[in-house]
Amino acid sequence: MSVVTNTTTIGAIEAPSRRNTELMLLVFAVAISVFAYANVGLAINGALPAGMLGYGIGLSLLAAVSHLVVRKFAPYADPLLLPLATLLNGFGLAIIWRLDQSERFQALKTFAPAATKQLMFSAVGVALFVGVLILLKDHRILQRYTYISMVVSLFLLVLPVFFPAVNGAKIWINIPGVGTLQPGEFAKIIIAIFFSGYLMVKRDALALASRRFMGLYLPRGRDLGPILVVWAISILILVFETDLGTSLLFFGMFVVMLYVATERTSWIVFGLLMSAAGAVGVATFEPHVQQRVTAWLDPFAGWGKEAASEQIAKSLMAFGSGGTLGTGLGQGHSDLIGFAANSDFILATVGEELGLAGMMAVLLIYGLIVERGVRTALAARDPFGKLLAIGLSGAFAIQVFVVAGGVMGLIPLTGMTMPFIAQGGSSVIANWALVGILIRISDTARRPAPAPAPSPDAEMTQVVRP
Amino acid sequence: MNKPLRRIAIFCGLLVLALLIRDNWLQYVRADELNSHKYNRRVQIERYAYERGNIIVDGKPITGSAETNDTDFKYKRTYVDGPMWAPVTGYASQAFDANQIEKLEDGVLTGNSDQLFFDRTMAMFTGDQKRGGNVVTTLSGAAQKAAYKGLGSKKGAVAAIDPKTGKILALASTPSYDPSSFAGYAGKDEKAWNALEKDKEKPKLNRALREVYPPGSTFKVVTAAAALEHGEVDDINAATDTPEPYILPNTRTPMVNHANGCKNASLMKALEVSCNSVFAKLGDQVGRDKMLETAQKFGFNNPEIDTPVRAAASVYNKTMDRSSNALSSIGQFDTATTPLQMAMVAAAIANDGKLMKPYMIDQLEAPNLDVIKKNEPEEMSRPLSQKNAQLLQQMMENVVESPTGTGGKAKINGATVGGKTGTAQHGENNSKRPYAWFISYAKTDSGSPVAVAVVVEDSSGTSRDDITGGGLAGPIARDVMQAVLESKK
Repeated sequence: MSVVTNTTTIGAIEAPSRRNTELMLLVFAVAISVFAYANVGLAINGALPAGMLGYGIGLSLLAAVSHLVVRKFAPYADPLLLPLATLLNGFGLAIIWRLDQSERFQALKTFAPAATKQLMFSAVGVALFVGVLILLKDHRILQRYTYISMVVSLFLLVLPVFFPAVNGAKIWINIPGVGTLQPGEFAKIIIAIFFSGYLMVKRDALALASRRFMGLYLPRGRDLGPILVVWAISILILVFETDLGTSLLFFGMFVVMLYVATERTSWIVFGLLMSAAGAVGVATFEPHVQQRVTAWLDPFAGWGKEAASEQIAKSLMAFGSGGTLGTGLGQGHSDLIGFAANSDFILATVGEELGLAGMMAVLLIYGLIVERGVRTALAARDPFGKLLAIGLSGAFAIQVFVVAGGVMGLIPLTGMTMPFIAQGGSSVIANWALVGILIRISDTARRPAPAPAPSPDAEMTQVVRP
Repeated sequence: MNKPLRRIAIFCGLLVLALLIRDNWLQYVRADELNSHKYNRRVQIERYAYERGNIIVDGKPITGSAETNDTDFKYKRTYVDGPMWAPVTGYASQAFDANQIEKLEDGVLTGNSDQLFFDRTMAMFTGDQKRGGNVVTTLSGAAQKAAYKGLGSKKGAVAAIDPKTGKILALASTPSYDPSSFAGYAGKDEKAWNALEKDKEKPKLNRALREVYPPGSTFKVVTAAAALEHGEVDDINAATDTPEPYILPNTRTPMVNHANGCKNASLMKALEVSCNSVFAKLGDQVGRDKMLETAQKFGFNNPEIDTPVRAAASVYNKTMDRSSNALSSIGQFDTATTPLQMAMVAAAIANDGKLMKPYMIDQLEAPNLDVIKKNEPEEMSRPLSQKNAQLLQQMMENVVESPTGTGGKAKINGATVGGKTGTAQHGENNSKRPYAWFISYAKTDSGSPVAVAVVVEDSSGTSRDDITGGGLAGPIARDVMQAVLESKK
């Protein structure tokens, strides 16, 4: 018998899948990126760039494949996440290509064009995204790998210690034939899985078994253990890898997830106190961190004396030169920042060439991705999904804040990459995977509840028709 | 778990909000400051991205722009007769910024000035390349050449003004430098710059505007003007009551005269042979405050004489005692003046007491030669009445015309010349070579077209006794005046 004949007043709420909305937005995202690419070519060489067709087709293909896979394997997924990620990725490619055209870069001995490579990495990222959607039928499967995740993420985090430092931070590993990788980017996702699994199991113990002291619920010693371990790990990362960003990211993510799991404000107080203690402690004996802080306090004071300060100063001047509307793509001089202009400092190019208007748009796109992530967490029906979604989107938000705040001089520079936009293979691949998992959770969350079983009373209360 | 989730959502929102606020702070509030920051290389890049406008003398550019094949700086500044014009143009260097007119009128020269907004917009539509506007100066090529050649290898400066308008006609300073030599940013530019910076002769110093010298006896015309203006002397031919030797007030120091016949000499005679005693006594009679008043009307103690390149302030001490005031009245003690200031003194006298504001930019032109700003002559002050100015003219002309006058070398056929020499001692106990001064003006039937001040700092090759204002500086002043007179014909 069909649903139609069921005369019960409670029907299955057929949630709209919004796949066509997603398609339209994707077309829009690809069009904007291609337009940006054309704009750069016209501004720099006075002609449409030769690779435009290839770039356009490549990006459209990536968008089409990911869309079709979402349509097939996650039909109820959030319709905004994919187009937003595509837009940032495509736009980032245009900016990286623009920086490839810089004569100043080309004069450097270490120069190698990055756009083609980045397009390749984006393809790998999208492949991983597709893989996540196809292979991961239900995100709850990940719960099974809670402790394996912990081991893997610790392994990934410790790995760079055995490789030489690059530009003062040990966050890269070098695999011959593949190139350099930043395992921290992947560890970010895997550790979120571990936290979600662990906290889901322990949340009641953490939340309820506590003593009240001065208006705060103090956790028990044995429950405090894991938070101390994470604190120690992030401090160790900071010390051995001199990677301020990653330690901040992990710690922030853990505090957020703990708070959501336990609903206890005391955890946030602890978290903040411990991160402050850790940061101050490390800053007192780690010259790398001290340098960053002095560079942040007065970027122009260290002009000509230290590289970190000079980079920040140059970045600030790039933002200032952009003004409200920017110089136009391809017409700024953000490449003056030097070798990091297409990775850590890529936002300076956005700021200079698209101005305040463009920067606010980009920041709001990031904000929207986070918002869709949090919304997914709200909508998720299982605590594991909730925790994982908030962990991933919280980490994403913190990363965006830390990087953008760093290049804009709001907080000390930490040396992470801007998700999707910045040049860097690990970053773009890992973030595609992150979006993949969020889409999977949102699909589960938005999937309509199964139709209620037909009521056996339905026949009995049938209205007798005349 | 939804309540903490909502709070986290707010927290994430606050993070994004903080970024947005910071962005607005950077790109809206602080945009101008960061964009024009001294470390911001874009300022330099922009300055040399287009052909820079020219600085023009007598209708001909004395600057130029050469195309380079550099990544950052497309054009480089070049100079015609760089060393001669350096005190006027200043320099514009890719590595070492710019100064003087090159810096002050940078907006017009680069084409970025708001006044050129319309031209820029038009160029955008017509597809023309952006170009800079021109700065047309008031200078006279002939006068400048005469001044620069006259100074030759001597160290010194010349300033010449048109008394009727205040237009600066010549501004020379030696030893000079070639701004072309460090216009770029290559190694040789840096070398040239460093050599100039280290040079003990300070070739980069604009002596005509930015260096102050003790004026010596040339300051006596200011004292004479003060005496006439404040009624201490009515008849310039009447004998004054000056003892020989004259003892400085409140001291036992006699005022030494280098000239003969100064006892009770008339003002006319005293200026002719440059009597120290007469003017020291006169300065004392007028008193410090009234001397100061007249000196300031001539432009002393004014730190804002902008031509538009700012001249250093000339000094007449405001707080000194009586004996120092007497010394100052003959240009000693700490009286100090720029060559421009002394040219202004001569110009005010030649212009019947009316001091015109000196300026050297006649007009600013857009790239299409439309005039965007024209400077008009402007009265600065009236240091002395017409009658007294004419009396001083008589006296100054006498200095040149009289057989015993000190300024004989400045005579010009077919024109009336008035002048005053000065030999300023300086250094402790006069240990250093004195400065030779000459200030003068030339006059024809239609008034005076030029007033000049010349200072020769240190004349190597001249024996010490021969250094006199008339002998060394006089001929240079004469050549400059002659050049102006001839160009007027």
